[in-house]
Amino acid sequence: MARLTPANVELAREIIGCYPRPKSALIPLLHLAQEQDGYVTDDAMAHIAELVGITPAEVLGTCSFYEMFKREPVGTYLVNICTNISCMLVGGEELLHHAEEALGIKAGNTTGDGLFTIEEVECIAACTEAPCLQVNYRYAHRLSNDGFDELVEDLRAGRRPDIPPHGVLARVRQHIPAGRAAGAISPESNEAPVWLPPPAQPEGGTT
Amino acid sequence: MSIFSQPGDAGFTKPEVPKIITGRLGYEDAHTIERYEATGGYSALRKALTMAPESVAAEVKDASLLGRGGAGFPAGVKWGFCPPGVWPRYLVVNGDESEPGTYKDRLLMERDPHQLIEGILIASYAIGCAQAFCYIRGEMALAQERVAQALNEAYDKGYVGKNILGSTFSMDIVMAWGAGAYIVGEETALIESLEGNRGMPRLKPPFFPAAKGLYMQPTIVNNVETLSNIPWITTNGATAFTALGAEASKGTRMFAVSGHVNNPGVFEVEYGVTTFRDIIEGHAGGVRDGGSVKAFIPGGASAPWFYEEHLDLPLEKGTIDRAGSMLGSGAIVVMDQTTDAVKACLSIVRFFAHESCGKCTPCREGTTWLERILKRILDGYGRPSDLALLMDVCDNISPGIVWPPKQTTICPLGPSAVSPIASAIGRFRPEFEAYIRKGMQQRAATAPQTPIAVRQPVAVADGGSHD
Repeated sequence: MARLTPANVELAREIIGCYPRPKSALIPLLHLAQEQDGYVTDDAMAHIAELVGITPAEVLGTCSFYEMFKREPVGTYLVNICTNISCMLVGGEELLHHAEEALGIKAGNTTGDGLFTIEEVECIAACTEAPCLQVNYRYAHRLSNDGFDELVEDLRAGRRPDIPPHGVLARVRQHIPAGRAAGAISPESNEAPVWLPPPAQPEGGTT
Repeated sequence: MSIFSQPGDAGFTKPEVPKIITGRLGYEDAHTIERYEATGGYSALRKALTMAPESVAAEVKDASLLGRGGAGFPAGVKWGFCPPGVWPRYLVVNGDESEPGTYKDRLLMERDPHQLIEGILIASYAIGCAQAFCYIRGEMALAQERVAQALNEAYDKGYVGKNILGSTFSMDIVMAWGAGAYIVGEETALIESLEGNRGMPRLKPPFFPAAKGLYMQPTIVNNVETLSNIPWITTNGATAFTALGAEASKGTRMFAVSGHVNNPGVFEVEYGVTTFRDIIEGHAGGVRDGGSVKAFIPGGASAPWFYEEHLDLPLEKGTIDRAGSMLGSGAIVVMDQTTDAVKACLSIVRFFAHESCGKCTPCREGTTWLERILKRILDGYGRPSDLALLMDVCDNISPGIVWPPKQTTICPLGPSAVSPIASAIGRFRPEFEAYIRKGMQQRAATAPQTPIAVRQPVAVADGGSHD
């Protein structure tokens, strides 16, 4: 469907340049594709393969391993509800059931209007704030059923500008200023860092 | 013996126990470079740059700082494993916190990212790492945002990049991020992920990261909390650090207490001397509704469970290891007397079944079967032989079901699924048996008295019923 836009190609080149080997940029680039289209399209994967210098099958191989990459459209808001041990103990499963009732869909599905997708997820590292969920990877802590309904209402009414559409992760990107960059270090460079003292025994002294 | 009072003494929570890593979290703007610099930030880096790299490394080694990610290996010793004369070396930050019950690295990345960056810089200077990669879990959007922002600020101020603070020390820190896979928290899987591959662990040996890591070069993988300790140790010295704690466990450590407690939270406490009772009943406000502890997990979902009789054990690595569990990632999950042990067990096993990467057969197949058997017991379809079957599957993943676990797998994920089952069946066997018995009785009661006649194939063309 969609290859990366020229602006995103430029960004992709910058990301690739940070790593000693281009393939290391693969996960960030797949996120970039998902940010652009809301999910990872086949065309985007083919385009990324060209940029990185690997085959589309290799891109798919990596992409399909990771839970966050969606290869078909999901709702604008991806609601991830945790039911792992800490959340389960204080009502995570009940929260999931309430969410399913409230939105009229089972976990793994998307509402008819394309607004919400519910997923039952594994621990999202907010265990002391259980039960918790994420909407597009933004947290809601210690959520009650009423709190959930309120959240859904706010999202429907567009009152949560802090939650960007699905695909957008960090809204601040790392940019290494050209004048300040030390540069990616190739694994083949084989050079000792200059700030380390020279080895005690001079190299080649015995040969 | 610690110079500090022992648990149970009056005034146990002494003010002189410093907040080594969470000291800035009281400030709303702790993540900004202005606040970081105003509270002594980057002075440890300046100090380190005046020292010889090996002295900086020696200080960390003397502090016997145990890795805070789960395995608890001394960081300074790990740094020493890089083969001499093999260059370049890389540093990889493990910010893939996702063990159920664990919540501390996200807090440190979101609230005090500069402390982490300073730790990365000092560690790289000491080890001789030419480039560092800060790998943050994919789901942590805010942590990614804060670390990216902090890196941009640090580059602008000359703390990161070429000729740091006018010295010959130059290095880039590149932020990388994951995309949802618990297994990537295992260091060799993390390296695979950082190379753009599926996050599947490598066999150790030969692929110990310090010898053959990222791009087959020597690589040090350290946890976020571990690295966050480095600036304090550099500033205050190893002696000040080892004055805190007991035996092998020095300094302070963050513990997340969750589950059935009145005041769940993340607490930085003195390592090695604070007991479970101090932290559960003191810091976390005790069990909810005045209840009692049925069981608790001392160190994340992978750890065998502890019970009431373990409450007075100190949070000390060696002590807990000998008692048959681990402090792992500093995650204490409390279950009160209302907890269904079978359900809790299934919840944890389901996690490992879902997160198994699929590389090793005993884990890929075994965890899935464990989940299915537990599910059928809970659903009332358990068989009397199921408990023995569960233990048999466990034994195939972790021979002997002993602690510390043996494994038939490349990484410890498979054996992690064995812990909750061995614990729950070992302690709460009657609960499992009750489910099986109840299910059998219900099925016997509702079973038809006469055998159902074998249905004959019927033509459906008439559109009628199948009866």
